[in-house]
Amino acid sequence: MGRKLLLEHIDKPDINTMEGYIRHGGYRSLEKALKTMTPDAVTEEVKKSGLRGRGGAGFPTGMKWSFLDKSTDKPRYLLCNADESEPGTFKDRLLMEKIPHLLIEGMIVSSYALGCRTSYIYIRGEYMFILRILEKAIAEAYAKGFLGNNILGTGYSLDLHVHPGAGAYICGEETALIESLEGKRGNPRIKPPFPAIAGLYNCPTIVNNVESIAAVVPIVNDGGEEYAKIGIGKSTGTKLISASGNINKPGVYEIEMGISVEEFIYSDEYCGGIPNGLDIKACVPGGSSVPILPKQLLFKQSDGSPRLMTYESLSEGGFATGSMLGSGGFIVFDEKACIVRNTWNFARFYHHESCGQCSPCREGTGWMERVLHNIEYGHGKMEDIDLLWDIQRKIEGNTICPLGDAAAWPVAAAIRHFRHEFEYHVKYPHRVFDADHVYQPEMKMQTV
Amino acid sequence: MPKVTIDDITIEVPAGTTILEAARQIGVNVPPAMCYYSKLKGSGGKCRVCLVKVTKGSDRDPRPMPKLVASCRTAVMDGMEVRNVTSPEVIEARRGVVEFLLVNHPLDCPICDQAGECHLQDLSYDHGLSKSRYEFERRTFERIDIGDKIQLHMNRCILCYRCTQVAEQLTPERVHGVLYRGEVSEISTFIEQAVDNEMSGNMIDVCPVGALTDKTFRFKSRVWFTKPMYAHRDCPTCSGKVTLWYQGAEVLRVTSRKDKWGESEGFICNTCRFDKKQTIDWTIEGPADVDRHSVISQNHYELPYELPVNQKKLSN
Amino acid sequence: MVEVSRLLSHYPADRQKSALLPVLHIAQKEFGGWLNAESMDYVARLLHIHPIEVYEVATFYSMFHTEPVGKVLIEVCQTGPCCLNGAERIISYIEKKLNIKVGETTRDGMFTLKGVECLGACGYAPMFQIGETFYEHLTEEKVDAILADMRSKNS
Repeated sequence: MGRKLLLEHIDKPDINTMEGYIRHGGYRSLEKALKTMTPDAVTEEVKKSGLRGRGGAGFPTGMKWSFLDKSTDKPRYLLCNADESEPGTFKDRLLMEKIPHLLIEGMIVSSYALGCRTSYIYIRGEYMFILRILEKAIAEAYAKGFLGNNILGTGYSLDLHVHPGAGAYICGEETALIESLEGKRGNPRIKPPFPAIAGLYNCPTIVNNVESIAAVVPIVNDGGEEYAKIGIGKSTGTKLISASGNINKPGVYEIEMGISVEEFIYSDEYCGGIPNGLDIKACVPGGSSVPILPKQLLFKQSDGSPRLMTYESLSEGGFATGSMLGSGGFIVFDEKACIVRNTWNFARFYHHESCGQCSPCREGTGWMERVLHNIEYGHGKMEDIDLLWDIQRKIEGNTICPLGDAAAWPVAAAIRHFRHEFEYHVKYPHRVFDADHVYQPEMKMQTV
Repeated sequence: MPKVTIDDITIEVPAGTTILEAARQIGVNVPPAMCYYSKLKGSGGKCRVCLVKVTKGSDRDPRPMPKLVASCRTAVMDGMEVRNVTSPEVIEARRGVVEFLLVNHPLDCPICDQAGECHLQDLSYDHGLSKSRYEFERRTFERIDIGDKIQLHMNRCILCYRCTQVAEQLTPERVHGVLYRGEVSEISTFIEQAVDNEMSGNMIDVCPVGALTDKTFRFKSRVWFTKPMYAHRDCPTCSGKVTLWYQGAEVLRVTSRKDKWGESEGFICNTCRFDKKQTIDWTIEGPADVDRHSVISQNHYELPYELPVNQKKLSN
Repeated sequence: MVEVSRLLSHYPADRQKSALLPVLHIAQKEFGGWLNAESMDYVARLLHIHPIEVYEVATFYSMFHTEPVGKVLIEVCQTGPCCLNGAERIISYIEKKLNIKVGETTRDGMFTLKGVECLGACGYAPMFQIGETFYEHLTEEKVDAILADMRSKNS
């Protein structure tokens, strides 16, 4: 059994209440940080921990914090990104739903480190039931003197509010989130300036994912060095993985960074293997945006060593043979799953979620979806495959925000690794008419 | 002052100048701009046609920038090196963006009032493909009426946001904006109402395409059959410096004056634009400066100066 | 209104526009599940902003409806991971059962069926959301029971 730093007490029935949470060791980091540490000392521990942003990009959290502009007397804001919407990702939801106080404790300690007087948790509107849970927990924290004026008599004061989104994946992009929190359309801003200089209300702002903020609690409790002992290389600590798709035990797992992909998929402690006696075909290891990996690249790195659940190992080989850890949205496809259908499905998602601000994304995502729809439903042409490749290439890197890349990568990877399935759809249109069609490699053989 | 090198030409510009503005100062190989408008705060960054490659960030941090950047929104740094037309990558990306802008843009140039002064037309001439690879039906919008002066033709809109910035920055209350999202985003008032105030006509001048045109000029003529003349009047609201577009003795249209980048030199009020269409209202200054390459300059009046080469030829 | 002033207190005094999304959620709930121009204008007055600022925002976010919807809005997740576990079959089952297509409302105005993108329940697929509640691990039997329950509660 791996160590659990975040979900250790998730099965305790009263862990969602203030009393239960404290009984299981909660709010210790609050006492420790506010009473015995300076704000900079907290940041220092986070730096030492090697914690990397858990939202997807994997940028070192401590370094991000150190960019916060402290030279002005403007207020500073910490925003928690709880807009979890990346297909395949549902870890933050579990954490907030079951252990809301862990996030709140992390928010207070992190806000203290950054010198914020007001902080917000921006949660996707569809999670309204979790917003209620968080608001109740926040009220408990106020009642207990953990929030509000003069917390624990230390002179530090903080207000914490939850702000709902209203259905827009793009608001998970940090500047779109800020726009949305200002009551505007979720159009990402053009950077620079970065939020650490001019974010919410033009003030210095840090945006961190739920899991990153929750991880600050064990980091402060046990020290950054202790946290960094878990994991391998620059992938330290534990990571929440949302496992879904064709596996026996879908759910959220806290893993120690560095276990092998194979263990994660086949061990009974985690996914428990593929159901119905089927073989695995492919896996999207880090949320819908990251490249899909076929079975032959999934378990082994290019040097033959086992592929591990770390930032480095999953991206080993670049996009030619690797992928990304991303948000930890781990989607498994069995041998019957149709890669073309899934690629079309993801393309539809990005088409739906494009904010429409910049031309490559606004026009390109819809175009890709239409071409993929044609191929999937048996109306495709061979040149469409190259056309798709060209469209995604012209979106990637040319947009205001990373949504363009996120839309391009899955299409590129699917063509890179599963071109034969696209060709199969073009060659046998009558076979792919039914939504449940399965790619049959022997059919390809017959035509050769 | 920071020094920046664009396509091997070095120029010194005040700190805070963008790459695009520095390129305009150099004056050759300037990145195109469909959404950026120097007179509108916050404009730019959206259309992506002005993308350039920064091969050296600055003297202090010489690393290249990992992605192409929007030159209209990226400030120069001392020692920065930029590639625009000398980078195949930039040209390739720009072609891609132009293709994206055209996939849903109707090719109704023959009946579009913007034809001849359309920035997208020029851009696709320079960077477009001769054939569209888009096989699907082009997107269309329901027409909405925004008043008796301005025609909104949403199908042609490329969502540059300039008209919303005009409304935000020049008028007392913005009543139109960008609604919905993604591919179906549209410029609209939501509930049908007129966009009507003293400065609203400037939306027409800033529109890079034929999405916002002058209703009082609609279908009256093609721009290349009209003669632009500079004129001014003493206007209590605006500078009163305009271009009058003549056909014969009749003023068909009044617009602001455009600089060499196609931007208004000064915004004008609706009284000047829509209500002063008699020569008697104006003091005529003379023929407008029109780029020699523009279709507008093609066949209809003598240049304000004489061309020495022509003279020579004539004397022979 | 108590709730609105509570929300307004979360934001700096000169940044009341920030409350737009939460206030629109309340308005939509109060005004029959969708936002017409009048209710949006009302919200604009509450927050001292121009009506167009509200229209722009309301039409951007997929949870706000600027057209009427049925009493019970069923939002079925149709994104990849859910489809790997039968979301498409569940959608066609509901379509058949209610005799409507995705995007339509039953003639009695009871149910609107909408296909939505990832709701963050990929591990508990297939699923749909009605109001604030997630219904997960759906089967045809479960769908039958939920729809019957909704019908009796809303008649």
